[in-house]
Amino acid sequence: MKHIKTLCGATLKNSAAKGGCGECQTSCQSACKTSCTVANQKCENNK
Amino acid sequence: MIHKFKMHGTNIVTDINSGAVHVVCDIVYDILDLIDAVPQSLHGECPAEIIDSLGSKYSKEDIIESYNEIIELCKVDMLYTDDKYGEIAEKINRKPQIKALCLHVSHDCNLRCKYCFAGTGNFSGERCIMSEETGKSAIDFVIANSGSRKNIEVDFFGGEPLMNFEVVKAVADYAIEQGQRYNKIFRLTLTTNGVLLDDEKLDYINKNMSNLVLSIDGRKMVNDDMRKTVSGGGSYDVIMPKLKRAADSRSQDNYYVRGTFTRFNLDFANDVLHLADEGFKQISIEPVVGGKEQDYSIKEEDLPIIFDQYEILATEYVNRRKNGNWFNFFHFMIDLNQGPCVIKRMSGCGAGCEYIAVTPDGDIYPCHQFVGNNEYLLGNVLNNNYNTTITQDFADSNVYTKPKCKECWAKFYCSGGCHANAYQFSGTIDEPYQIGCEMERKRVECALYIQAQLVE
Repeated sequence: MKHIKTLCGATLKNSAAKGGCGECQTSCQSACKTSCTVANQKCENNK
Repeated sequence: MIHKFKMHGTNIVTDINSGAVHVVCDIVYDILDLIDAVPQSLHGECPAEIIDSLGSKYSKEDIIESYNEIIELCKVDMLYTDDKYGEIAEKINRKPQIKALCLHVSHDCNLRCKYCFAGTGNFSGERCIMSEETGKSAIDFVIANSGSRKNIEVDFFGGEPLMNFEVVKAVADYAIEQGQRYNKIFRLTLTTNGVLLDDEKLDYINKNMSNLVLSIDGRKMVNDDMRKTVSGGGSYDVIMPKLKRAADSRSQDNYYVRGTFTRFNLDFANDVLHLADEGFKQISIEPVVGGKEQDYSIKEEDLPIIFDQYEILATEYVNRRKNGNWFNFFHFMIDLNQGPCVIKRMSGCGAGCEYIAVTPDGDIYPCHQFVGNNEYLLGNVLNNNYNTTITQDFADSNVYTKPKCKECWAKFYCSGGCHANAYQFSGTIDEPYQIGCEMERKRVECALYIQAQLVE
């Protein structure tokens, strides 16, 4: 494409199928303790 | 739903429901403004209204070409993707399986920070420390309530946990031992102000804990204005050498220096950069959360300054990355490809259902921020009393049960914000803290901007 550069595709939509295992880190435990950000966390579902 | 913004000449468009992120030219950016206003747009050929509207700025060929690229992305569900997650949200069966524990091993502290949400360490109660028995009971409680979850996190928290380090060690050893017995992986963190950090403690921490959070606010003047010793002096000179040693001893990884900014240092980008200049590679500086009556609390009128600071920080972040002098800033770290699934992103921080805090007396609360609030006392680990009626409210909460989150473009980046902040400012966990939301949205924009710059 000439006018649009895609940084990432439909990752969220694709994640709905296999998601929800719950093994990932609890958002608050990493460093913030007050302000939630989840997008910086890793998925732990290796299946 | 899409969200688009400009930052320093870069046009970014996010397709909220697919997670796609695009960098677009000015023509595409302007066409997207018109899409909602032109009823027949997104179908067939480029509508004449769009060509007429933008004809004075761009050539007809470029407009049509750009329009067609938009349509191509719509066809493959990377723009204007329908929101189908509401149905998934209704079906989330979030059993209250606990996988994270904030263990308050000390409700005492050797600093007297002015903004401390814990009332300078004692959480408005008696100054006390946790017994080994209570700590071990908390581990037993979590294992018993963790269901099929394999990974369990424990944060040794306070007050100041190093004031009770013998119990920290005993409980950490016990958690690791019980984890092996019950096939659980315990990931341990310690959050400390660093005052009592010495080589012996550091050696134990480095051998047994996967994360270490070190509290410091940034520049000496800023840190010392808020983070006071018991005698009223500044803490910077005491802690800085220890924190540097700790960070280096962990090879500048698997730790954070974690600070707080208030309305007394709205130029907090300088504090982040100060910590980076001092050699720290893993940095998190967070906005203070305080009541309206506190003079240090962030006010709505401070937001334009704060937004500027995040942009300044983002620009410098990119510069340093490109020059090899990188550092990580917690809220700018977004993993566009390998991040958490949408179910995690819609279901929030986990407080009260997956995450609990346990006090020195064994009392259970939804998280550290609720400690001391009797309305949210969930039980006690010493008698296995656990009120799951309250926890169900937390389990049922997600970005689709919060009207403001449902309409927000950033909902899948923040997952609905901090329940405790929401409760503090709105009296309910279902209405997020608006000033916090504004700052989070800005941080996400900066994070996306950084990603766009780094792929160039």
